Amino acid sequence: MEVTRIVFVGVGGQGNLLASRLVGEACISANVPVVVSEIHGMAQRGGIVESAVVMGGATSPIVSDGEADILIGFEPSETLRALNKCNKNTVVISNIRPLPPFTVAIGQGVYPDMNKGLDLVKHSVATLIAFDGDALAEKAGNSLSLNMVMLGALVGCKATPLKEEWIKKAIENTTKKAFLDSNMQAFDFGVAAARVG
Amino acid sequence: MHKLLLDSPGKEMLLLGNEAIVRGAIEAGIAVATCYPGTPSSEIPDTFFTLYQEGGFYFEYSTNEKVALEVASGAAVSGVRSIVSMKHVGMNVASDALMTMAYLGVNGGMVIINADDPSLFSSQNEQDNRYFSRLSGLPMLEPINAQEMKDMTISAFDLSEKLKLPVILRTTTRLNHIRERVIFGPIKDKPKKGYFKKDPFHYVAIPAVSRNLHKTLLQKYDEALKLSENSEYNSIKGKGKWGIVANGVSVNYVQDAVEDLGIGNDAAILRMGFSYPLPNDIILKFLNSVEKVLVVEELEPIMENEIRSIAQSNGINVSIKGKGGRLFTRLYEFDPGLVRKAIASYFGVNDTSPVKIDISNIPDLPGRPPNLCPGCPHRAMYYSIKKVYGEDAIYPSDIGCYTLGVLPPLSMADIVICMGASAGSACGISAATDQKVVAFIGDSTFFHSGIPPLINAVHNNHKFTLVILDNGTTAMTGHQPHPGVDTDPLGVKTKQISIESVVRGCGVEHVEVVNPLQIKKSISAAQAAKDFDGVSVIISKEICPLYAKSIKRAKKTRPFYVNQDKCTHHMDCINYLACPAMYIDNGKTMINQNLCIGCAVCAQVCPENAILPIKDA
Repeated sequence: MEVTRIVFVGVGGQGNLLASRLVGEACISANVPVVVSEIHGMAQRGGIVESAVVMGGATSPIVSDGEADILIGFEPSETLRALNKCNKNTVVISNIRPLPPFTVAIGQGVYPDMNKGLDLVKHSVATLIAFDGDALAEKAGNSLSLNMVMLGALVGCKATPLKEEWIKKAIENTTKKAFLDSNMQAFDFGVAAARVG
Repeated sequence: MHKLLLDSPGKEMLLLGNEAIVRGAIEAGIAVATCYPGTPSSEIPDTFFTLYQEGGFYFEYSTNEKVALEVASGAAVSGVRSIVSMKHVGMNVASDALMTMAYLGVNGGMVIINADDPSLFSSQNEQDNRYFSRLSGLPMLEPINAQEMKDMTISAFDLSEKLKLPVILRTTTRLNHIRERVIFGPIKDKPKKGYFKKDPFHYVAIPAVSRNLHKTLLQKYDEALKLSENSEYNSIKGKGKWGIVANGVSVNYVQDAVEDLGIGNDAAILRMGFSYPLPNDIILKFLNSVEKVLVVEELEPIMENEIRSIAQSNGINVSIKGKGGRLFTRLYEFDPGLVRKAIASYFGVNDTSPVKIDISNIPDLPGRPPNLCPGCPHRAMYYSIKKVYGEDAIYPSDIGCYTLGVLPPLSMADIVICMGASAGSACGISAATDQKVVAFIGDSTFFHSGIPPLINAVHNNHKFTLVILDNGTTAMTGHQPHPGVDTDPLGVKTKQISIESVVRGCGVEHVEVVNPLQIKKSISAAQAAKDFDGVSVIISKEICPLYAKSIKRAKKTRPFYVNQDKCTHHMDCINYLACPAMYIDNGKTMINQNLCIGCAVCAQVCPENAILPIKDA
């Protein structure tokens, strides 16, 4: 099986660790070799949260610069910050809703022009799939389901061997009943967004 | 029953590396588990904590790593299996007990889980604790994946009982926080109660006894060496003229690189899993079978130097490179690409790595450092202290969330060394200078190692203020309980030790307890502490809002807003507090209602009283 290397980046609270874990769960149940790695500790302190999923038999748990097959950014400036993981064949999936860090609020930094930034991405990598993931999460009835939207887009982009039903089963097994419908809805919106994008 | 307790050999689960260690301990039939939490090891005790009642073993969050190791030692000499976990710097704290426990030895198996942190993801240094096995004489095992983290934990217990020595299992952050498929084994039925058999001329480490014990330890080294020579964890994979030696997570990088570079027929990999004592004969055989050797190990060149020494003693003249030869650095963790490049360069093969895209055109990005949460009581106390003591006072700080106060605009940390060092270094700064000193220490850190320096300060007449930031939990590592709390996160009542009583018991004459969210009272407490001639202590007492939320003790509050008609843009709220719930939009100061928890600190800071609670929220 071909090795697929996926990098997830986001901001504490956006749920990207759960997203990468669900991909891991999905792979286990489908008998696909998988290694997931996470950086813990700062997840609830507004810092950057990164995780990686390596599928297909490689045993290294992390992805080096230039070696991501897919980069999923839950926040557009974090997508840009993680571009060093990409090569010209990388598929980049990015949320476009900014979540400015507090350094911007106190005048220590300037939030970049996202359209310009994402345009540069578009011309540097194989595919850019960019959409307002938060809007889709809200449309699904749960603003916290951004991670499900992004997971949907990961499956929808067809750049991995992941199948919709694997991930849906993993979502079912881990989601509280009250959120199951909105999570599934959010996932489906993500799948559709990647197909259009 | 919790899934990790199921006696169902063959069951497969996606487990965090730290959970795999816990499952290994369960399968090994542990009776006692202890710890002091610390990233990247914290999920080990936190998992034990969720399991211990149902699992029928004893578990505690100990006050510090030394105590944790001593508790586990007491259990191990009494004949039951014990496990103790800590982060790498915790081993420094525990090392006093560690060094002599190597002499005393154990009856029941004792495993020390040591989590190193190359790249300092959340630590004050990146020391290489493989040196601790050399220093203490204790055997060391190093897993490479989650399955091995489970299996090696069991092997470590068996090894410990064979050698009658504690065994160190060394991990690194990458392994602690890996998630992989783990296949369960059977759960061994081991005694949960032991018996301490008196034998003072073995267990009382006075010089006459220890002289013999040291001799025994060296004999055990010879025995351990034999086991290392025959260990399944020290194995040579593949055949070829090029030799690569690796340990820990790097073994994966090497395996993948050999595959990616297509040099499987040329390269032999010697994997060191039983890494102390290093297996002399296996290394000799390996050195004799290859033309040149590359040693791939993160941090210090420990294997490299020992292998070079074996080569020298045996008159073998193969090239051995690693840190020597500058192929690898002693800094930070490795990654697959870095290892692949070094292998390609050393053995002269084509590097097949994909090329990184040009990112020079990407606009500058604002930093996103971790920050104190909205409504964090530490921020409020920092504000009040700075109001009274100003920018020129020296602020020694300690290890915890509050260390995040180092960043501007708070800028409330001038020196951080290690757990408990805020009070100790404050003694030195106040003795050596005429500057005002205010030290900060968290509640859990205070119990861990803040008490001896406080006693030292009082007894030796130092002059400074110690602020104990008591938020009712060990927040940074994931809300573990500590001796100062009355209930644990599961709601079980615990014996509470009052910080105030401890401080008074240490002889501190000026002690004040304040709620840091009440700014006026906090400022007047700070002023009184400043005016006191001697050691003064302020106990800043308010629960961590994240913890309060997680145990459903959060107070009902209304979020605040900025009344734009009243706001005259002093910006004190932004400039002095920098709460992440506040932001500026088109020159207007705003509050994000979803983030604001209604602590009301900004409202007290605003000179125009322009910050108000939302009425209909």
